[in-house]
Amino acid sequence: MIGAKPTRLSPKLLRNLRERAIEFVLFLAALSSVATTIAIVAILVYESILFFQKVSIWEFLTDTQWTPLFDDKHYGIWPLVSGTLVTTVVALLVAIPLGTIIAIYLSEFAPPIVREVIKPILELLAGIPTVVYGYFALLFVTPLLQVILPELPGFNMLSAGLVIGIMIIPYVSSLSEDAMRAVPAHLREGSYATGATRLQTALRVVVPASISGISAAYILGISRAVGETMIVAIAAGGQPNLTWNPMEPAATMTAYIVAVSLGDLPHGTLEYETIFAVGLTLVLMTLVFNIIGHFLTKRYREIY
Amino acid sequence: MTTTRSMRQIRAIINRNKLSEYIFSIVGLLSMLIGIVTLLALIFDLVSDGAPRLSWDFFTSFPSRRAANAGILSAWVGSLLVMLVTASVAIPIGIASGIYLEEYAQKNWLADLIEINVTNLAGVPSIIYGLLALGLFVYGFNLGPSVVTAGLTLALLVLPVVIVTTREALRAIPNSIREAAYATGASKWQMIWDHVLPYATGSILTGIIVALARAIGETAPLITIGALTFIAFLPDSPIKGEFPFISFSWLLAPFTVIPIQMFDWVSRPQEAFQVNAAAAGIVLIAMTLAMNAIAIYLRYRLRKTIKW
Repeated sequence: MIGAKPTRLSPKLLRNLRERAIEFVLFLAALSSVATTIAIVAILVYESILFFQKVSIWEFLTDTQWTPLFDDKHYGIWPLVSGTLVTTVVALLVAIPLGTIIAIYLSEFAPPIVREVIKPILELLAGIPTVVYGYFALLFVTPLLQVILPELPGFNMLSAGLVIGIMIIPYVSSLSEDAMRAVPAHLREGSYATGATRLQTALRVVVPASISGISAAYILGISRAVGETMIVAIAAGGQPNLTWNPMEPAATMTAYIVAVSLGDLPHGTLEYETIFAVGLTLVLMTLVFNIIGHFLTKRYREIY
Repeated sequence: MTTTRSMRQIRAIINRNKLSEYIFSIVGLLSMLIGIVTLLALIFDLVSDGAPRLSWDFFTSFPSRRAANAGILSAWVGSLLVMLVTASVAIPIGIASGIYLEEYAQKNWLADLIEINVTNLAGVPSIIYGLLALGLFVYGFNLGPSVVTAGLTLALLVLPVVIVTTREALRAIPNSIREAAYATGASKWQMIWDHVLPYATGSILTGIIVALARAIGETAPLITIGALTFIAFLPDSPIKGEFPFISFSWLLAPFTVIPIQMFDWVSRPQEAFQVNAAAAGIVLIAMTLAMNAIAIYLRYRLRKTIKW
């Protein structure tokens, strides 16, 4: 800066100031995710406290009916929990075996070209809007199932669960495959050197070595299935129903929130607060799954 | 060994192993086939149901109580405006957080907290974002069930995706680029802005497309904020004929989006409306699949061309 007028703020100081300012702005942006979490927890807890001031937690946890919109009001969460668990279990019975087999096949058996082509096609399954899956479950899968099971009602948890399962296959298969591919080659080579086949190597060396990544994939799949909304809202019917039979119609927690939001919900009423109490239950459920998954991952982590 | 096991027994074991390998290959192929066949069945089902309804009128008509006249004008305009808000909020904040976490953050508890938090947010069910927006934007800030509320809701929802892909893109840039920039006397920000970011743009763009493709198909959080399912008018135009030429009143307008319109139609019992739902589904799936395909293509091309 020869020839420049001497100023009180030297260029070096200015540059430092600018650098600090930019870093601060970026930091604020990074904090926004923490702020989102805090806001989610604060709002769910705040509205739920209002709810539990009017409805006892005891009733919430022991009543077997959920009918907040009827004249005879009951606030037992179990019908919504059973609906959520049944659709989730059906979905996982589809997604976990198929996803795991696909992951093993793509990682250990398929030639690279097959993997390059098939993996992105399968990932498209996760990109399809869930409302389209809902249409598919209600108007394609259910009629198809009714050919085999004539007593199946038009709304049922079975077809919703099956379609959720198909939707979450790529969450399970892609992440599991990444985990299996990260297993060092010398482990495989050691296994082959003892005369093991590819299948034996895959099942007894690669899968155990990548179990932490695979269980993370399962946990993500479970979270998606528990939180899935539109498929169940369209195909499973909207009536809370305490049943463990997937052939029956029922409502999940998410489907209840959607059904109530469709009506004109006055702010501050008990009906308004119910959806937050249900939402809090949903978050706590996914949290429990995540914590279990975290400990399973830690317990079985292989060190190589 | 040869004394305890004859050659024939060993051959039998080898054959059995070969057979199990073969069976597993078939099972693996069949599993992939189930996924792909379902995808194709879904697309064919939608197209065969809805294709007859796809016409110019379908895009230029408002929803109607008569199924044959109903269209998706207010829905696609709504989707477009909501995406505009989502993109202009999620992209800058997401990239900025990604840069902070990857290039600036020290290894301390705060950085760990933000890191764990971003991962956890990605697993929060989307409807919970709807509840957040209902409590915070609709009633807390009094924005109502409007375009801006919807845009912000979806922005928060896809933020983790943008942050994670930005970080991955930055991590893939070798340190030699950073060191070379420092060696010429660049400051940290100059190094990032002039050297690292330009190389990472392609990968970041891929992430943004995937995030927006997800946002465009989201239904549940928008229903939760109280979006209407029947809108027979358009929001105020953002561009005006007279000064100051730009208007922001559309931000507070009520809206509907294509997924909500489709949900409304599919939940009606009349078959004619379900044909409309299928037609809306074709539009929706064409948009999301096209965006995903572009992202996959970009990823493929970037991986091929870049050799550090």
